[in-house]
Amino acid sequence: MEAIIEYISSNQQEFYVFILAIFVGIEVISKVPTVLHTPLMSGSNALSGVVIVGSIIVLGKTDPANYLALSLGFLAVLLATLNVVGGFAVTNRMLEMFKKKPGKK
Amino acid sequence: MILQIIDICYLVAVVLFILGIKMMSHPDSARRGNGIALSGMLLAIIASFLTPGLDNLILIIIAMALGTIGGLYSAKTVQMTAMPQLVSFFNGMGGAAAALIGLVEYGDLPVDDIGKGSVLMASLVIGSVSFSGSMIAMGKLQGVIKDIRINKILGFLVLAAAVGLAIYVLNSGEPQPILVYLLIFLSLIYGLLFVYPIGGADMPVVISLLNALTGVTAATTGLLYDNKVMLMGGILVGSAGLLLTLLMAKAMNRSVSNILFTSFGTASGAA
Repeated sequence: MEAIIEYISSNQQEFYVFILAIFVGIEVISKVPTVLHTPLMSGSNALSGVVIVGSIIVLGKTDPANYLALSLGFLAVLLATLNVVGGFAVTNRMLEMFKKKPGKK
Repeated sequence: MILQIIDICYLVAVVLFILGIKMMSHPDSARRGNGIALSGMLLAIIASFLTPGLDNLILIIIAMALGTIGGLYSAKTVQMTAMPQLVSFFNGMGGAAAALIGLVEYGDLPVDDIGKGSVLMASLVIGSVSFSGSMIAMGKLQGVIKDIRINKILGFLVLAAAVGLAIYVLNSGEPQPILVYLLIFLSLIYGLLFVYPIGGADMPVVISLLNALTGVTAATTGLLYDNKVMLMGGILVGSAGLLLTLLMAKAMNRSVSNILFTSFGTASGAA
């Protein structure tokens, strides 16, 4: 318990960012119309692919002789890239069909 | 100097993320918002390549090339009706990546660093849950996996066991690689038990929730590395995803607790 409290107090900046970001996230999408729910879900899913930054660093800092860590890191970069690239591409396709709809109405 | 440049790139990337999400919640600017979020992501990736002392560059580039080809191919060829499944699949990939990072990092972290240790355990557990849950959600939407009645208490027992194990590993004072694998296994099982009993019609809401969870793992990974872009981006997705989950459930005239904690058999009667 003490260790956790100490961790929080020595990383105060991170925790302030943490709390403020929660409110920002809620604030920016609070007025989203129902039709945009799925594209927004897909778009924010692509953003959670930001773990790619961590996976690049982890693979980059791995000892080239440690094959287990290398393959795990390789897999992490591969999967995170799938998340980012696929996420943005599929969101773009969703929004493309969204653009045509108002013409029909 | 290079470190300052990286920090500024991350800062700009975070601003682009916020702008992107904001624009994505308005019909007129939604497509531009997606592009802006994408440019923020590219900036963050380029900045991470500038990290001093980066090795294995060829491996990184091969992995990214494979991921790019796979991601573009599946996004371009998917049937429009199958898009939610694909989103769920991509989301699972992000969760798995976060869990893998945690697994690699576990070996390097000093065992007496309880603060970072807890953050790492959270990455492992939530990332694994998000991965297995997303896979089941995808299977259900695809119609491959049928609805199965599972008592929800079983899921909570597995989760409690995982949390207990994580606390034990943290306090044991020595590296416990086998127990960490067991922890990942339990978390994967919890993900299955969590999504299995939820009816197929409620899957979009569940995927949105799992998406928020992946955001949280990205944030915990960011805490692990003191990396602001992952922390901010992850929490942004986590909180926006959670609100979106609530909004989606509301649009379907359902409550989230109803979806998550009532067995699908009785849900229609209760609602």
